[in-house]
Amino acid sequence: MPMSEAATGTRRLTIAEALREAVAEELRRDESVFLIGEDIGIPGGFGGAFGVYLGLTEEFGHERIIDTPISEKAIAGAAVGAALMGLRPIADMQYSDFLFECMDELVNQAAKMRLMSGGRLRVPLVMRAPVGASTRGAQHGQSPESYFVHVPGLKVVCVSDAYNAKGLLKSAVRDDNPVLFFEHKLLYGSKGREQVGGLDLTAEVPEEEYLVPIGKALVKREGRDVTLVATHVSLYQSLAVAEELAVESGIECEVIDPLTLLPLDTETIWGSLRRTGRLVIVHEDTRTGGWGAEVAARAADDCLYELEAPIKRVTAHDVPMPYAPVLEQSVLPTGERIRAAILEVCG
Amino acid sequence: MRPEPATLLELYRTMLLVRRFEERVYLLFLDGEIPGTLHQYQGQEAVAVGVCDVLRRDDWITSTHRPHGHALAKGVGPRAAMAELYGKETGCCRGRGGSMHLGDPDAGMLPAIAIVGGGNTVVTGLGLAFKLRRTDQVAVCFFGDGATNEGAFHEGLNFAAVERLPVVFVCENNRYGASTPWERVSLVPSVAARAAAYGVEGRAVDGMDVLAVREAASTAVAAARAGKGPTLIECATYRFVGHSRSDARRYRSREEEAEWQLRDPIERLRRQLEEDGLADAAALEAVAREVDAVLDDAVEFARRSPDPDPAEVLADAYV
Repeated sequence: MPMSEAATGTRRLTIAEALREAVAEELRRDESVFLIGEDIGIPGGFGGAFGVYLGLTEEFGHERIIDTPISEKAIAGAAVGAALMGLRPIADMQYSDFLFECMDELVNQAAKMRLMSGGRLRVPLVMRAPVGASTRGAQHGQSPESYFVHVPGLKVVCVSDAYNAKGLLKSAVRDDNPVLFFEHKLLYGSKGREQVGGLDLTAEVPEEEYLVPIGKALVKREGRDVTLVATHVSLYQSLAVAEELAVESGIECEVIDPLTLLPLDTETIWGSLRRTGRLVIVHEDTRTGGWGAEVAARAADDCLYELEAPIKRVTAHDVPMPYAPVLEQSVLPTGERIRAAILEVCG
Repeated sequence: MRPEPATLLELYRTMLLVRRFEERVYLLFLDGEIPGTLHQYQGQEAVAVGVCDVLRRDDWITSTHRPHGHALAKGVGPRAAMAELYGKETGCCRGRGGSMHLGDPDAGMLPAIAIVGGGNTVVTGLGLAFKLRRTDQVAVCFFGDGATNEGAFHEGLNFAAVERLPVVFVCENNRYGASTPWERVSLVPSVAARAAAYGVEGRAVDGMDVLAVREAASTAVAAARAGKGPTLIECATYRFVGHSRSDARRYRSREEEAEWQLRDPIERLRRQLEEDGLADAAALEAVAREVDAVLDDAVEFARRSPDPDPAEVLADAYV
């Protein structure tokens, strides 16, 4: 929702367009902001792996849009160093799978410099990275958010619609902590690809500037019977199942987009859980040690006596992502598996 | 060009401060006053001191798991450094960093990065910030021979080169990565030769000669400041002590150690000062007494400083 609806018009934007606007606005607003990554500003190039930066070099030039060698450690290390000197880098990974190339820079350097300096330094960087399976196989299809949810000193944001993508990216740029910013590669465009049912993925985005706070979850659909917590494609699958079940069996699902996984907005999620007494967590990451396990454990700690059924997780199965579409679909969470989990806890 | 007499005396004093700091710390560690472990710098003083002497206070350095010498040479106060090793609130990192993460933003030193090669990419960001802000600051990355076989060494050097960043890479080749001899892990005998692979100048210098190190650093820092990009300097040096406190040094001979001891960088400069008539034995003894007084004061300061408050630590992860 726009923060001041009366004051401004809106238009429908895709997530890619909304992210591009956020980046451009922050570059204009603060000269300490710059972009760094592979294939982001090369003339005749791609504007980043998913086109988010297309056209930005015309306005901001190559000094603030820095094309790097294929050197993920250098990208992340340069972002850390520049952030320590007070700049605000937006670093770009073409695929989130490549983050494993720079785990040292993110986990040992970015996340720990503040503590190691006794609170005298800060690391205001953003690392954008696309997640999700899209028939690209095992090394271009992971959803590695959970690795970073485990790291004190980092913040982890997942966006699934244009309005929140823009507002959260602007907040991430202004945050004085390192923020991992995860987007799903099937959700950038105007239509979700076939795998996600050809959804209309544009959303109303205000003309006027706005921010969306990090650390605040969003109730996407209200319901009294069961709380679903889901991100990215899993969120849209959950919303679709919720609509079907409302019609078919009168089960009303409350669907929550956490938006930030670290720190987790337990106030919103537990508030819902205490009303419904049932919790289903859906994510595309694998099951063991996935962020859903953390949400489930904390829900058990905080709300066990208010639960009316076991907590369920619907996740990718514990196997590297296979290529063949039929295999990929068999590994990923599906509407059917989400439906089965809901019916089980509501049974 | 030979430095002024005052500069020569200051180089001598700072090298001696590092040496005696390390000797003092070793005894305090054995007495159980300093926790953790120690990676000490005895023997390598000419590198940190020679390089940092040509840096300004607003230039920055990155360091390694062996950072005490870099810290003192860059101007971190002996009190703040000692208190940090003691884990005290008055330490330069308020007791959160410790020996392996010694650093001080006010002196232009990041918390030392104890992951081998870790500084080699982070330093490019320091240089990038200086370049984008159009300051004439320079960033220096200290690292060991071991780091040159990390991917970070290559990514950092290449990126700094293509972006012409104001960065100087200073390799302290002390012949051993922990226990592993350099010859066993590189068919190329010279680290400096690797610079050619990235289109930057590589220089090999005698890392036991503070004046040779200083001269090479001066040229490299001037080039970096002038926007000419990075230089890779390899300093041939030797640690007189083990890798860490538990190291009995069975992987190298006592004869080899004795040969390197003859090249002690502090003794070497002392002889030069005396031969050139710039300082007599009495003057040098006065320097030593002054250094000892500084260290007495630092130890006393650390001992009487308060511990950090555990109630505050959970707030340290985030701004």
